[in-house]
Amino acid sequence: MTTRATREIAFSVNGENKTICAHPMERLLDVLRHQLGLTGTKEGCGEGECGSCSVLMNGQVVTSCLIPVLQAQGAAILTIEGLARDSRLHPLQRAFLECGGTQCGICTPGLIMAAAALLDTKPRPTFEEIKEGLAGNLCRCTGYAQICEAVAEAAQNHHGKLERENTR
Amino acid sequence: MKNESIVGIPVPRKEGRDKATGRVRYIDDMALPGMLYGATVRSAIPRGKIKNVRFGPDIPWNEFVIVSAKDIPGANCVVLITDDQPCLADGFVNHPEEPILLLAHANPHILPKAVASIAIEYDPMPAIFTIEESECGREIIWGRDNTFKTYTIEKGDVDSVWAKADYIVEGEYTTGAQEQLYIENNGVIATFDRERGITVWGSMQCPYYVHKALMKLLHVSEEKVRVVQTETGGAFGGKEEYPSMIACHAALLAMKSGQPVKIIYDRTEDMAATTKRHPSRTRHRTAVSRDGRILGGEIEFVVDGGAYTTLSTVVLSRGTIHAGGPYLWPNIRIRAKAVATNAPPHGAFRGFGAPQSLFAMERHMDRIAATLGISPVEVRRRNFLKPGQSTTTEQTIREPIDLDKLLDRALALSDYHAKKKRFQQENKNSNRKQGIGFATFLHGAGFTGSGERYLASLVGVEGCADGRVRVLVSSTEFGQGTKTALCQIAAEAIGLPYDFVDIAEADTRAVPNSGPTVASRTVMVVGKLVQSAAQGIRQTLVGSQYLPESYSPEEFRAGCAKYIAGHGELKSFSRYEPPANIFWDDEKYCGEAYAAYAWAVYVAEVTVDLTTYSVSVDDFVALQEVGKVLHPVLARGQITGGVAQGIGFALYEKVVWRDGRMQNAQMTNYIMPTSADLPPIRVFFEELGNEHGAFGTKGIGELPIDGPAPAIVNAVEDALGVPFNSIPLLPEDIFEALESGSQTEEDAQAFEGAR
Repeated sequence: MTTRATREIAFSVNGENKTICAHPMERLLDVLRHQLGLTGTKEGCGEGECGSCSVLMNGQVVTSCLIPVLQAQGAAILTIEGLARDSRLHPLQRAFLECGGTQCGICTPGLIMAAAALLDTKPRPTFEEIKEGLAGNLCRCTGYAQICEAVAEAAQNHHGKLERENTR
Repeated sequence: MKNESIVGIPVPRKEGRDKATGRVRYIDDMALPGMLYGATVRSAIPRGKIKNVRFGPDIPWNEFVIVSAKDIPGANCVVLITDDQPCLADGFVNHPEEPILLLAHANPHILPKAVASIAIEYDPMPAIFTIEESECGREIIWGRDNTFKTYTIEKGDVDSVWAKADYIVEGEYTTGAQEQLYIENNGVIATFDRERGITVWGSMQCPYYVHKALMKLLHVSEEKVRVVQTETGGAFGGKEEYPSMIACHAALLAMKSGQPVKIIYDRTEDMAATTKRHPSRTRHRTAVSRDGRILGGEIEFVVDGGAYTTLSTVVLSRGTIHAGGPYLWPNIRIRAKAVATNAPPHGAFRGFGAPQSLFAMERHMDRIAATLGISPVEVRRRNFLKPGQSTTTEQTIREPIDLDKLLDRALALSDYHAKKKRFQQENKNSNRKQGIGFATFLHGAGFTGSGERYLASLVGVEGCADGRVRVLVSSTEFGQGTKTALCQIAAEAIGLPYDFVDIAEADTRAVPNSGPTVASRTVMVVGKLVQSAAQGIRQTLVGSQYLPESYSPEEFRAGCAKYIAGHGELKSFSRYEPPANIFWDDEKYCGEAYAAYAWAVYVAEVTVDLTTYSVSVDDFVALQEVGKVLHPVLARGQITGGVAQGIGFALYEKVVWRDGRMQNAQMTNYIMPTSADLPPIRVFFEELGNEHGAFGTKGIGELPIDGPAPAIVNAVEDALGVPFNSIPLLPEDIFEALESGSQTEEDAQAFEGAR
């Protein structure tokens, strides 16, 4: 069969610089999963509808199934694997566990990444803003209530913590 | 001995941390050395003879492993209830997307091109696509008369009621196919080894179904087949029977190639080729007295099973038994049948026939109310089943359920009466019509009738040398919380902290067959067996004096280790025994259909926008009696998730068919609810307990999908004054009805009566 022309592409993933060799049109999703072994990012539909493959690219949430890897050249990518620091869970991950935001778990990484992007731009979102902000990520198990509550909880805890730190 | 209870407490989900960090591995996250990728060549037509298969040019076919029906060593069927479904079509196809050939190659990227280059020539035959076409019998595509199964339930003397009736109310109600739409597509990996036989890992609900199917397909003994469930990203019934098919395919490729083979469907293949909820048609004819009492009636319930039997006979059974709702029918005749069409087989989906027949029942109750000019609340109150009375199958209600009280509470929680009044006022001068409606319903937990007796599920609990306890079941986790709930039950029964208990991998080589993970049976039926097996561990240790009556976790750890040092192992098993007062007659379809029912009242508040004709659900109250709530966070998650799927079933999710093939097999144009589409779903529980379930639990998983659709469509009728009797109810349907006045005279009259 034809071998596809590949080229070197460099970007950072979860804070580490990586140089990979791939066809420029290869999906970022496949490079993350198959070349870098970051299987926490999931494929649900392959057409950008379900949001399971959401990662942050330069701080913005993208569906990695729609990103040709060439587009990631020089970018900073954050995946679910990069969210927990030194085995300490991110406040969103803790809140998802406490509030019942994860059931089957397949949409969870994408939803947590989308929520992280939301809280970056809106640290104190209203419940309606959370519902709107997560509408690009499909979950078939939960009916979203406990996911949105988890994001609200994480926002509150995170914010509360920041305020406490500031008053010290 | 610990003194805090574990049952009823929101303990951490067993596999939660791995899910939140993305560490948990689903089948598509796994690979084996030398693994090939498999693909399926499927039928392009609904029905016909396969004349010829031509392999296209420009493909190095010598690099491929190719499997056809000729390569099947055993029986060419996917074993389930009736052995009518081939694993691979052999000369004839009965539905679009029917598998014909299998390909495998080391490079997954070249598979789509290879599949597309295979040209299959057919001799097409006439095909049928609707219940009506199947019934008329012009084309016989299955058996003698296109009928997979019929049931008749008879109670009292229906023929005598018509003369006594003040009103005879008739209605026809239909529901569409619905895609389960788990976010993880179907997938498996199979390996073959001449010594050890075949091993399949995959996303599935029922490892032992797959085990049985592989034995028959490959003609091998049970120890030559091993099936392991991998973390499963949603199922909802969609991974009850279908995984047997894809596992059989991967196994054939692995046997022929001698290499591991992975098959993962993409979204379009999964939506187009795998099972969906059965489309249905229900007809009601009801004799009612002037004061709103049901004297008797006839219900005809028909489901479209698609091209092969799969689970249609049992889906039909559950739908039939639930068709009469939570009401007293002094006289009733229910005739039900599952018919064949040339569509891919329909199969299990949460609710399993009950959402279809209960949609009809609850719409029909509102129709009766409208006809008689009494309120939807009153007509239900006058017909609610009470303890001591009997269901349509003559099962006496022994639970102390008070449906009047349940309804009162739901109406109060939703502020039903005040809102109904206010909406009528406000709607007069508004382009946005508000409405409120509700449904009252029940859902039987566990297998129907003699089902649990036939299953005879076996579970084990093991004390380990390190003092930890393991639950041994084939019951699977796919989001509902099986692992957490069963560990809670075992911990509570032994008197250990939750952290002391784990659950074994669902691997047919390591765990007994605790039955399929379906039918809202896991916590109630399997949980009860886990409770009893766990008590066995305690009794063994206490009885043999390795432990005192009352002990600390540390004492348990020491006692357990000592016992194992002396005896080798510590295991306790428990097998299902039918309760003494459960009687079921398969011939007459009469008796105790379910050991327990969950009961519910759901209230929906909607707005119909007369500019866009779209319906939004603004508020939703879900009140249910489910026995003891084992884990409040998981239980609430089951209800909100089920309600969301029910809202999709009612308002969004339409499978567009053309010649038996799904035209919108993409998430882009098959629309399920997003977070922005849903109302607050307010969940409330009543807890009456249940002697047949672990610590008083009942089944909970399926109940919440039964009520939303009728509650919403009842609310739409309240908003618009127009009855709709088909779902999904899309904006274009409302537009049509309002603009063309296409509702029948009878419908208009029925509504007149309500005002």
